Amino acid sequence: MNNAIEVRGLNKFYGQYHALKNIDFSVAEKERVVICGPSGSGKSSLIRCINQLEKHDSGDIEVSGIQLDDNVRNLDAVRREAGMVFQHFNLFPHLSVLENCALPQILSRKTPRRQAEARAGEFLDRVHILDQAAKFPGQLSGGQQQRVAIARALCMRPKVMLFDEPTSALDPEMIREVLDVMVTLAEEGMTMVVVTHEMGFARQVADRVVYMEAGMVVETASPEQFFTAARNERSQRFLSKLVTT
Amino acid sequence: MANAATPPSGEKPVARLVKLLFGDPLAAALTLLSAVLILALLPLVQWAFVDAHWTVAAPEDCRAGGACWAFIGAKLRLILFGLYPPQSQWRALTVIALLLTLVLLSLSPRVWGARLLGIWTLGLVVMLLLMRGGLFGLNYVPTSKWGGLPVTLLLAVISLGLAFPFAVLLALGRRSKLPVARGVSVFLIEVVRGLPLVGLLFVAAILLPLFLPPDWTIDKLGRTVAALTIFAAAYLAEVIRGGLQGLPSGQIEASQALGIPYWRMVWHIILPQAVQKVIPPLTNTAIVMVKNTSLVLIVGVFDMLSAARSAATDPMWPAPSKEAYLFVALIYFVICFAIARYSRHLEMGVKARNRT
Ligand SMILES: Nc1ncnc2c1ncn2[C@@H]1O[C@H](COP(=O)(O)OP(=O)(O)OP(=O)(O)O)[C@@H](O)[C@H]1O
Ligand SMILES: [Mg+2]
Repeated sequence: MNNAIEVRGLNKFYGQYHALKNIDFSVAEKERVVICGPSGSGKSSLIRCINQLEKHDSGDIEVSGIQLDDNVRNLDAVRREAGMVFQHFNLFPHLSVLENCALPQILSRKTPRRQAEARAGEFLDRVHILDQAAKFPGQLSGGQQQRVAIARALCMRPKVMLFDEPTSALDPEMIREVLDVMVTLAEEGMTMVVVTHEMGFARQVADRVVYMEAGMVVETASPEQFFTAARNERSQRFLSKLVTT
Repeated sequence: MANAATPPSGEKPVARLVKLLFGDPLAAALTLLSAVLILALLPLVQWAFVDAHWTVAAPEDCRAGGACWAFIGAKLRLILFGLYPPQSQWRALTVIALLLTLVLLSLSPRVWGARLLGIWTLGLVVMLLLMRGGLFGLNYVPTSKWGGLPVTLLLAVISLGLAFPFAVLLALGRRSKLPVARGVSVFLIEVVRGLPLVGLLFVAAILLPLFLPPDWTIDKLGRTVAALTIFAAAYLAEVIRGGLQGLPSGQIEASQALGIPYWRMVWHIILPQAVQKVIPPLTNTAIVMVKNTSLVLIVGVFDMLSAARSAATDPMWPAPSKEAYLFVALIYFVICFAIARYSRHLEMGVKARNRT
């Protein structure tokens, strides 16, 4: 069977700076992978290369069997397969919550408006925020905004969901509501790649933890293994810091 | 209630008034300045209202002094419609009515969109055909005979409307990663901004025909619109660029991640936000452009100001140019003030949405 995501020999430079060094990374269908690592280790760069918010310099990227190359069609197709949730939500502030979820379907999939709104309502209900559908993003709390952002991505019916630190811009009391939505999503069998430092979440849902440092994948392990007996000295140091802070 | 009205110190109302008007040096200065201004305005009030002639039996009756508002009544058609044939002036009036209707229909941001744009395009075509005639038994009126308020309004609306898409392209080009697009945009914007509008109008109306082959007769009104459009586009481009600059990159990233195609993203995601951010300078440009249309009189286009000027040269009336200019100024003021109030209203809407 095809992997949901297949990355081989990925290199990424920002000018002279070598941000991703020969990364091999794959995610099976329905697998949940948590990526962690210190700041600047290239976690964001990696998942942003997967849906080409950043262009990579060399290596192969395949999403749902679609090879990313110079063909723009394939790029569009990959972006349709992969939904993304950002640290800072990036909701469209000039559109109502419902419109945030409906309009992208209309614009990128040419979904008829009625159908798009129905689906928007359905997914807003799933993230328990349908009652706020008429409000604007600026009128919601951070946790609510992030749940809307998740609903917006899900409305596009992606096969894979990419999360880049979805809870790290949130006040502590709002983290739970977002994680709960993500746990439910995982239980429903969504393929997920999550950059996060929420180790409780990793323990609860991850099939695999990938530890990155300095643009390289340093360790890949199951959560139990990673948290109880990290093999690599560097991931051990990272974990001990997480516990103390 | 009675308690609240009584000042705690027990001051007398007169004392409070004196304190309010002369309490500190700034207040005293302002009070004096206002008094001088009011005194200076008294003769104007006398002229405009007390001694004014609202109706006269003959133009000679206005010689007595005081404003001759009767002149405006007598020349209203000339000022509003210029040399447009009197028996067809209902068409010009209909154009004004149509335009006002469209404006009123477009006030609520909720109706903005591609459909409204279509309606406006259609409406403007209908207005131009109505002015021009030559169809459906309407007699043909060449653009050289068009004049007055319809010309002023059409010049403003059409030049701003046509300028907007160019302005968007220039603004996007100026921020583009492609050096060629950026260079061309910067060059065009700076060249046009460096030229006075009067110069641009001269080039379009007078010089351009000298260089074009003689059988290439683009209408003078059309060339004037082109000059106004180019001018407005350069200024609007800079305003829109300001709006684009404040836009977080996350908005574009989110659009890309959702697979929204580029031009749809520009139209639905980027522009609405950029425009919302720059409502005050956008309003400013719109108001300036409305008033700039009056400059077309120097190339012989008969806008409202030119019409008023020519009305005032009628030797039958004793020098009524003050009244004519004041009347035109009042119309300009009403238009510009309405634009300003409307933009204020839009801004409040944006603010309300961004607050809990
Ligand atoms: N657009 C950019 N231009 C230049 N350098 C960049 C750019 N984006 C990232 N970098 C650099 O690449 C490296 C990896 O960045 P990346 O954002 O992928 O790290 P990260 O692991 O997500 O870190 P964090 O936990 O802080 O989000 C960092 O050193 C960063 O400074
Ligand atoms: Mg990051």
